[in-house]
Amino acid sequence: MLGGTLKISKHKNLDLSSVKLATKDLKAQFGKAQVLKGINLNFPENKVTAIMGPSGCGKTTLIRCLNRIHELTPNAKVEGEVILDGVNIYSPQVDPVVVRRRIGMVFQKANPFPTMSIFDNAVAGLKLAGVRDKEKLDSVAEKSLRMAFLWDEVKDDLKKSGVNLSGGQQQRLCIARALAVEPEVVLMDEPCSALDPLATAKIEESIVALKKEFTIIIVTHNMQQAARISDFTAFMYLGQLIEFDTTSEVFENPKSELTEKYITGKFG
Amino acid sequence: MRTSDLPASISLWRKIVNKLMTILVIVAVILAVIPLLLILGDVVIRGAPALSLGFLIHSLPTSTKGLSGGIGPAIVGSFTMVGIAALISVPIGVGAGIFFSEWASSRLSTISGFMNDVLTGFPSIVIGLFVFVIIVLPTKQSSAFAGGVALSFVMLPIIARTTGESLKLVPMTLREASMALGIPRWKTVIRIVISTGKRGLLTGILLAVARATGETAPILLTASTSIYFAKSIFQPTASLTVFIYNYGTSGSASWQTEAWGAALVLILIMLGLNLLVKLTIGRNPIGARMEL
Amino acid sequence: MQFRLLRGDTILIIILAAAALFIIGLVIALAVELYSGSVASIFQFGPGFLIGSQWEPGKNVFGALPFVYGTLVTSAIAIVIGFPISLGVAIFISEKLKSHLTFGYLLGTVVDLLAAVPSVIYGLWGVFILIPLLRDYVEKPLHSSLGFIPLFSGHPFGYDFFTAGVILAIMIIPTISAVSRDVLSEVPNSQREAMFSLGATDWEVTQKAVLPYARSGIFGAFILGLGRAFGETMAVTMVIGNIPSISSSFFSPGATLSSIIANQFGESSGIFQSSIIELGLILFFVALLINVLARLLLWRMTRGTRVKV
Repeated sequence: MLGGTLKISKHKNLDLSSVKLATKDLKAQFGKAQVLKGINLNFPENKVTAIMGPSGCGKTTLIRCLNRIHELTPNAKVEGEVILDGVNIYSPQVDPVVVRRRIGMVFQKANPFPTMSIFDNAVAGLKLAGVRDKEKLDSVAEKSLRMAFLWDEVKDDLKKSGVNLSGGQQQRLCIARALAVEPEVVLMDEPCSALDPLATAKIEESIVALKKEFTIIIVTHNMQQAARISDFTAFMYLGQLIEFDTTSEVFENPKSELTEKYITGKFG
Repeated sequence: MRTSDLPASISLWRKIVNKLMTILVIVAVILAVIPLLLILGDVVIRGAPALSLGFLIHSLPTSTKGLSGGIGPAIVGSFTMVGIAALISVPIGVGAGIFFSEWASSRLSTISGFMNDVLTGFPSIVIGLFVFVIIVLPTKQSSAFAGGVALSFVMLPIIARTTGESLKLVPMTLREASMALGIPRWKTVIRIVISTGKRGLLTGILLAVARATGETAPILLTASTSIYFAKSIFQPTASLTVFIYNYGTSGSASWQTEAWGAALVLILIMLGLNLLVKLTIGRNPIGARMEL
Repeated sequence: MQFRLLRGDTILIIILAAAALFIIGLVIALAVELYSGSVASIFQFGPGFLIGSQWEPGKNVFGALPFVYGTLVTSAIAIVIGFPISLGVAIFISEKLKSHLTFGYLLGTVVDLLAAVPSVIYGLWGVFILIPLLRDYVEKPLHSSLGFIPLFSGHPFGYDFFTAGVILAIMIIPTISAVSRDVLSEVPNSQREAMFSLGATDWEVTQKAVLPYARSGIFGAFILGLGRAFGETMAVTMVIGNIPSISSSFFSPGATLSSIIANQFGESSGIFQSSIIELGLILFFVALLINVLARLLLWRMTRGTRVKV
């Protein structure tokens, strides 16, 4: 049943006008390898969508295609469309720089800028866009750090370097940094995989709070995490989308045999 | 639905700066490459007229009429001094390099390694003065030997460093397997050295030889010059580089042409050595570089 | 059996350690012997030698200031011209040629080839090609149009600080760009991606993520280049004129520590020779300081692991 047919449930509350981001026959290559084989996926607005699958299924490549980061890797190629608010972000008229401002990303391993202070890290994206007004910077920094549940811990140390924070705090700083530019979609590539359960819990808490303002797409290999925080779940295998439905449906009532096998732990 | 108040595209200024910097960077590359092409071109164009078999064999020109004489003694002198230099610097350099790699954690290794790196970037004229003081002054004599010793101090840090770096690339497992078999440390070390093969060590030696062949200042001060083929290494001797310096800055047009000819010969030797290096190490795994 | 093993090991360690010690000894001996060679001059002129501006072999009056000045001026010109070019080359190869690694390697090799050209050939080329070029197309126009500015006031004959500075710039490009290339390649890609994903242009990523991360390494490259410029001898001596003068004009002839040694050592004796050796001693300490500083900066960048230079 490899490459089995796609099972999408026509969920009652999922109508097209609330789809924020959608992929249309998205294909991606890395060198000679075809990593994504034609993905058609709709991400609902203001919801958390989890993307799951065994190692090598292409989930990381998928989200890196969503903000046009994948094409920066040497020998990478992308075909197909990714549609944000009705516009294909891969069309030649669209500037990838603008796309990346509207679709932000948090990476697997926290990567704050070591030569910048906590404050500067948080507002780095704003400064890029040309915002100079000190009051605006201060207020956005505070707002994003609060949204990332980091404000209380660093508010007295904003001028200090970010490298002395713990792993979990650094990752929350990266989340704040991504939020500060007011993106519409936030992509997260296994943001908690390098963190301990306590730090993970804090970040999961913030993600659930964030969906009021943002559309969140999170790649995770942790099924309990997906079950805890996501509204929708997509399951991928070997570069193809196998199943997509509300999280509860996917976990309690998987339509595909592959999905079921994965959920019950029968393979990686 | 959340409406975005973001602009549809980034500011024109940012786009201009981005394009401008790309252009500037390309300009930098062009500026860096042009001098090389010019120099090589000029050496070939101006030096070719002087070249002939006789040029390579005859003694240094004494008359300024026409293209007489040759660089025979200069070539021999250069090779002699580099040879002496290699005899001194290769054993010490390889020895130090092995120490840097196999006893890397010792204090002596760290200090010596650091001093060695510092020595690599040293002005060679200072080394020339040094050898002048310790050899030429007491013996009251410029000599090929003094020149060779001076060059050896230029070659030494290069050999020590590349030996050390290439030995460090040998996987630890080789040493561990050897020791686990009960083979004594000293035999193990010799095995490691042989296993990196001629590649690692030869590269360093070739680089050092190339560097020494191109040096002028140290031998200017210590080996002086001579018109004839040296009869003993304890006498002054000609060399390619000093020849270029002396004849190139003379007032005679034919001597200047011969200086260009010598420059061409020298460049060919350098390129040949450089090519040998590239052939022995392929794609530069230890990042060995000519000037560092 | 064990006894025999220990013997072999001990002998090897002693031999190798001796080689390592030799290097340390060499650096120390350099200082000692240079000192002993300049003792006569040190006693005669004392610390005033460093700021003495007169250098007249005929009158047995010697001072190092003109040469310290010359070294600083020519090196400054070299760095101002050579550093941006080198950094540009390094950025081009490291950031723009990521998808074309072979071309990047070739380009790097070509630039490195500049370092393979012996100094004396640079000098020869400088005398016959660069001097006329600079004198007629750069110096004379600048002098006639902007001659009221002290920098351009001297009448240009070509053998001057400026030409020496330009030649030095060319010679230090391979050094600075090679080290910078290595340093830039050590910057983790995740830093670039983080900056890209905030909506940055190519240049902004380089300027705000890559260069700051690499800044101590790049500074180390800068210092190494400066050190190389300080010590270069033959090319400089052939184009600088070797006249000990302290002039504010770039178009005046001058001399550097290394150029005057190469130029006048041959005919020197007695106190004259001793003074020249003292110049060498000064150069030794300057070079030592710079190289130590550069190496410390580079070691710090890679946090103890050896930089591949």
